[in-house]
Order: sequence, then structure tokens, then C-alpha cells
Amino acid sequence: MILEVRNLDLYYGDAQALDDVSLDIAEREIVAIVGANGAGKTSLIRTIGGMCRPARGSIRYKGVDIAGQPSHKVCELGVAQVAEGRQIFPNMTVRENLEMGAVLKRARAGKRGTMEKVFAMLPRLRERADQAAGTLSGGEQQMLAIGRCLMGQPEMVMFDEPSLGLAPTIVQEVFRTIRDLHDAGITVVLVEQNVSASLKMADRAYVLENGRVVLTGTGAELLRDEGVRQAYLGL
Amino acid sequence: MPIDFLLNILVAGLLTGLVYGLMALGLSAIFGVMKVVNFAHGDMMVVAMYATYTLYTAAGLEPVAALPLVAAGLFVFGFALQRGLVNRFINATEHMQFLLLLGVAMVITNGTLMVFGPDARNVQLDYAFDSYNVGPLIVDKVRVIAAGVAGGTALLLAAFFRFTVTGKAIRACADNFTGAQVVGLHVNHLYAVTFGIGAACVGVAGTLLLLITDVHPHLSTDYTLLGFIIVILGGLGSLGGALLGGVLVGLSEALSGALIAPSLKSMFSFGLLILVLLLRPQGLLGKQA
Repeated sequence: MILEVRNLDLYYGDAQALDDVSLDIAEREIVAIVGANGAGKTSLIRTIGGMCRPARGSIRYKGVDIAGQPSHKVCELGVAQVAEGRQIFPNMTVRENLEMGAVLKRARAGKRGTMEKVFAMLPRLRERADQAAGTLSGGEQQMLAIGRCLMGQPEMVMFDEPSLGLAPTIVQEVFRTIRDLHDAGITVVLVEQNVSASLKMADRAYVLENGRVVLTGTGAELLRDEGVRQAYLGL
Repeated sequence: MPIDFLLNILVAGLLTGLVYGLMALGLSAIFGVMKVVNFAHGDMMVVAMYATYTLYTAAGLEPVAALPLVAAGLFVFGFALQRGLVNRFINATEHMQFLLLLGVAMVITNGTLMVFGPDARNVQLDYAFDSYNVGPLIVDKVRVIAAGVAGGTALLLAAFFRFTVTGKAIRACADNFTGAQVVGLHVNHLYAVTFGIGAACVGVAGTLLLLITDVHPHLSTDYTLLGFIIVILGGLGSLGGALLGGVLVGLSEALSGALIAPSLKSMFSFGLLILVLLLRPQGLLGKQA
């Protein structure tokens, strides 16, 4: 297992966001995390990424406990996220945005080469390289967020709602890009409101409800599960 | 009124204004990046002025030669202040930050009062009364030096933010805090660097201002207020706006001082502030909120 989360509790003040969450992610897997709004998906990703400090529990990445470590240390290990809402730097150029992804020590040396790879993979970014990122369309901004994350040469990428607010054709493009990254050897954690698409793509999945893991299985198993079909697929 | 006289006043105001602008640049950079208003800004200025004064009287170091030392000292002071104190309050409410920095300001003011006493001090330079004659203009040498160094420092700062990785990373923190965390920028460290840079700016401005004027401990409040006026005139968080605001306040002080009465110069600066707040509340170069 590349990532082992055990008995994670997270509170925002008095409100409990994660309740005894345990999950495993193997190298080169695609793992989906599904659940309703407020189920704790984003909290889980933020906690793994070092942006929230858990009250209890451990998060082992390649055997190292990273629970409570700040995000710049977690990123340095190769754990990256494409955050909800894209979180690009709107007043900086596309190129500067990408550069910021490679400030990490692990990525500094190969920066130029990585940027070429990112441009080759996402050619729209090259066309817009010197434009302010805030002027890009939603889909382009999502591609920029993905490209910026790749600049850090990550081993595992957690995607938080990458298709939110995008037109259907662009959603397909985003999913195709995620699949390509997985084929290139990156471990993928996928949080998506588009439950059927993410379960189809995932090797395994976890269902979160009120901060707890209530169900787990392969993507195909969960797609057949009566409860999942009723709750998340409207069938 | 002779036109020569007016021109001379305008030039003097413009040159002093650039130094004011540099001081305000520090305030604006700190606010623009971490949304903390440095209520001890004028106090840092006074500390820099006394440091320059001490280096000159005790070690014979000319203010211009002391600049790098004072700037480095203020950088370390600002960095440590952010790391040690301000950072603990970074997510606290504004009035908590206000009280913290006001406390720091009071400690500094009374510290300088204890060490140097209430009397005004200045440096006696042998070129203090030199001037250049350019056509009808008589320009003080010290003002030219001060304005030149202030302008140069502002350009350096602009280049730092535009071209260096650290400068860009600081802009990234200002642009999107969550985004900066997501890509793994060491936000706390960058905040401390920014506070250090803001302090270094005000340090350079303090040294330069000592070429032109005297220092005493209670100047600190005046300069903090002056910094606010300038930054709000130019637009909060806009570096070009800080310089423009500085020049405007410099001009207004010089003009009102010469044409009406020197003791009324602050009235006109505040008047300018009220006008801008009424007509363009985001500041001259500020973005619409």
C-alpha cells in the first residue's frame, strides 16, 4: 500500500468532519471517493494533503506518518492535489502558475523538461502561456490546475471535483487526462460528484456518509450496489 | 508669485514624495500579501532613522553607506516579528492584529524614548547644503540622493516580484492562499520574508529621510498615519499606487507648506485622502473591490 489511513478523526471546532476513517490506496490504483455534499470528501483530501490537522489517527505514505504535517512537507513527498475550485493564481500568467507548481525541491531540477511535457500533454496551455490565468475558460483553468500539479512531479494525485461546473465535452477531456496520467504511472484518488463516471473508471471506491466510511468495494461492485444506485445514481 | 519659486517647491516635494512612496510601499506589500495592517510601520521607520543616526555618530558611517546595513537589520527585525508574533495572529480577527501591532508600536516608541530621549536628532553632513543649479531650479543634493535611492529601491523591488522565484511565490500567496498551500509553497516562510521586505523598504526610507529631516521618537505615529494616507490614496496592495500616493502627498505637503503655512500641511494630506475616499474609494491605482 502506498497510502494507509487509519482511524482518522477531524473536527472543525465542535463539528466532527471525519469519524474514524480508514482507507488504503495501492500504488498505481485509481480509487474513487463518493458521497453526498458535506460527507467529508474534501475534508479527507485536505487532511491527507496537510491542510487540516486531524485530532486522531495516522496517515502513512510509503511508511512515513504524515498526519498533521504541513502541506509543503507533504507535497515534497510526491503527494499532490488538484483542489476543489481549481485554486489557480488568477492574476499570474499561465507560465507563472506552472512555475509555482515546481517550487518544490523534488521538482526544481527538472522544471524545464516537465513544463515541456505538460505543454505537450495540454497544448492549450502553451497557446495561452503568457495570458493571465484568470482570463481562461473554466475547462482551461481545470487543465491548468492539473498541469500545475504535474509540475511537482507527483507520485499520487488527489483530484477534488475536477469536473465541477464544466461542459460535458470538457468533462470527458478531463477524465481522459486523468486516465492518461494513471497510465503514465500516477496513483489517482478521485473525488467526484459524477458518481457513475468515477465508479466506472475506478479500481476501487469508498462511500463516505457523515464523515464515516460506510461502504467499500471495487468500482463495478458499487455500481451494482442497490443502495449506491438509489442514493447517488438516482436509479 | 514667481514661477521659479513654485517649480522649486514642486521639485522638492516630488523628491521627498518618492521617499514617502518607498515607506508606503513596505506597508502596501505587507498588507497586499497577508492582509495584515502594520500599525508599527512608522515605528520601524523611526528605528531605522535612529539606527542610521547611531551608525553615523558612533561609527562615522555615512547614511548612504549605512543603507545596506540598516536595510538588512530591518529585514531581520521584520522577519523575526512576523515569525515570532504576527504569525500567531494571522487568522485572528482584525482588532486582535491591530492591538498586537499597536502594542509593538508602543514598545518601540517608548524604547527609543528611553534610549535617545525626546530631543530631535539629525546627522550633520558636509554636503547637507550643497545643491545643483538646473536652469531656474535649485535642487538640494540630499534630496536628489534620497529620491534616486528610493526610486532605485522601488525598481529593484518590482524586479524581485516579477522575475525571482521567491518574488513570484509571494505573489502567488497573495493571489490565492489555498492555491499556494495546494502546490506546496511554504506560506509561513514566505509571509515572514514579505514582512522582512516591507520592513527593509521602510528601513531604507528612514535612512533616506534622515538626510532631509530630524528624528524624534514621536514621529512614529505621524509616519504610520502618513503611510496609511499614501497607501489608501494610491490603492491598497498596489505597489505603483504607493509610489504615486507618496509623490502626491510630497507635493501637497510642499505646496501647502510654502503657500499657506507649514503647520497646515497634514490638513491638506488628509483632505486629499477624504477626496479620494469620496470620489474613488478603491484608490487611484487600486482595483475595484
